[in-house]
Amino acid sequence: MLTTLSKGSTIPILTITAAIIVFWYACVVWLNAPFERDQAERANAEITFSQILSKTMEQKRPVLPAPHQVIVEIWNTTVMKNVTSKRSLVYHAWITLSSTLLGFAFGTLLGIALAVGIVHSQTLDKSLMPWIITSQTIPILAIAPMIIVVLNAVGIQGLLPKAFISMYLSFFPVAVGMVKGLRSPDIMQLDLMHTYNASKAQLFWKLRWPSSIPFLFTSLKVAIAASLVGAIVGELPTGAISGLGARLLAGSYYGQTIQIWSALFMAAFLAATLVWLVGVIDRRVLKQMGMAQ
Amino acid sequence: MSDRLKIAAAAIAVLLIWPFSKFVFAHLKSDGMSWNGGWVAVIIVWLLAWFAVSQLSNINFRQKPIGLFIGLLIPAVFGLTLLFLWEVLTRGLSVPPILLPPPSQIGVRITNSLPILAADFQQTFKAVLFGYVVGCATGFAIAVLVDRSPFMRKGLMPIGNLVAALPIVGMAPIMVMWFGFDWQSKAAVVIVMTFFPMLVNTVAGLSTAGHMERDLMRTYASNYWQTLFKLRLPAALPFIFNALKINSTLALIGAIVAEFFGTPIVGMGFRISTEVGRMNVDMVWAEIAMAALAGSLFYGLIALIERRLTFWHPSYR
Repeated sequence: MLTTLSKGSTIPILTITAAIIVFWYACVVWLNAPFERDQAERANAEITFSQILSKTMEQKRPVLPAPHQVIVEIWNTTVMKNVTSKRSLVYHAWITLSSTLLGFAFGTLLGIALAVGIVHSQTLDKSLMPWIITSQTIPILAIAPMIIVVLNAVGIQGLLPKAFISMYLSFFPVAVGMVKGLRSPDIMQLDLMHTYNASKAQLFWKLRWPSSIPFLFTSLKVAIAASLVGAIVGELPTGAISGLGARLLAGSYYGQTIQIWSALFMAAFLAATLVWLVGVIDRRVLKQMGMAQ
Repeated sequence: MSDRLKIAAAAIAVLLIWPFSKFVFAHLKSDGMSWNGGWVAVIIVWLLAWFAVSQLSNINFRQKPIGLFIGLLIPAVFGLTLLFLWEVLTRGLSVPPILLPPPSQIGVRITNSLPILAADFQQTFKAVLFGYVVGCATGFAIAVLVDRSPFMRKGLMPIGNLVAALPIVGMAPIMVMWFGFDWQSKAAVVIVMTFFPMLVNTVAGLSTAGHMERDLMRTYASNYWQTLFKLRLPAALPFIFNALKINSTLALIGAIVAEFFGTPIVGMGFRISTEVGRMNVDMVWAEIAMAALAGSLFYGLIALIERRLTFWHPSYR
């Protein structure tokens, strides 16, 4: 048991994680201590180091909350609250998740459609491809508030505007990955299909599409992380009503650092779960297609 | 058709676009298209442009200067056509400028407010450049250090990969709290955002040099540093440049989004969020055009350096 552990990466990961947590606690003491010293000075009291140590861990609005404070906050706002309550983090996460998934679905479809067009038409390849790449050098997240506010003014509200931003962020990796994937069959294979007298549709469904699947999943992992970012940023300008982004904004307005960090942790957890899920589906599909063991 | 015929056909098509587009603009009044025949001309212009682009893209030029020119010309014609359609559709269909202003209005706004745009740009780019350089440099340095110890590599890489996929922009409010409203907090966000892609990519790149090459270096009795500088770093360059490119867009995004959480009264993110509130959408578009231009130039510069330094890589040969 122990030998297999030491050979794998479990022990290194745990060690590094432990080191990060220790470092975090050190930072908590270091960053929150000035406030405590200040308080003590105002009260004309002496404060010992051990007092500082314990007090920095339980401030109400710390500069940097301790990990256990964040965990307690997450516990209180997820398990202890009703899921439908506006104060439940699960509720906010669900709002963010739904627009993430909607945008991700749109983005994936758009990306695949663009890739299919680009692979089949040289005109599209030469005229559209440079613009697809340029489109990503535009900091779309910067436009997010405008898209939200403008669409609001026209009467489109709720999920769609946020999903639109997610879509913009997620179509690019899919399009680029799929162009690569659809072009991955080599000349030998294409020639073989040619000798079979395969039509263009057959060539696509029987050769190009299957061989692009590994590329598709690699880009889907990038795309889903990107669309989560898009959804969160899309929630910033909605006036802080609901969603993880709104929690971040509200937290920063009222100096609720613990709330910010718990929203961040929730977002991180969501991102990790989504990427992991895509990875699981990836392995399943490739196994079924006989491309992986 | 021979290549010359194709070029001639494309040139004629481009020349024909001119009278038709003039015709379109003659009928484009302030309250929309005055005569429906204008729309026919719009479609003709679009078809002509499409024809020119498809003729040009079927030419296979091997000679360097002409091939490069045509490679740039095709997307340029395509982009101009898009701009034309944008202008004509927004004005012809009387789309409310709040929803989407025509490009000409944005252009006028840009020329009229150059000083504001320049000040915003300077404020934001200070944070972008500082954060980008510091973030990439530390990511690179840590990667080289981590690479020396397999234990660290095994432990840090999965965590680094995880963090690189996380929505780090969310750190922005915290950074603004810690480092204040000025550009330092934005630079801090950019540093955190650019650090992890650099770390992950560099470590991956450092392991690309094959066993054969490493063995060869050992037979030369080269030490760690010689192997690093003469073999492994050059081999890692494509990965490093990949990270530099990803980071160039991330840095701009990070700085602008961080400005939504509080700034002095200057900066691109600040301007975007306040002008949106005042429904001055053309000003927002002007800022976006600036950001897009800066982002593309930044990206293009890195791509150019990459081409210079990694000329040996199969994708450029």
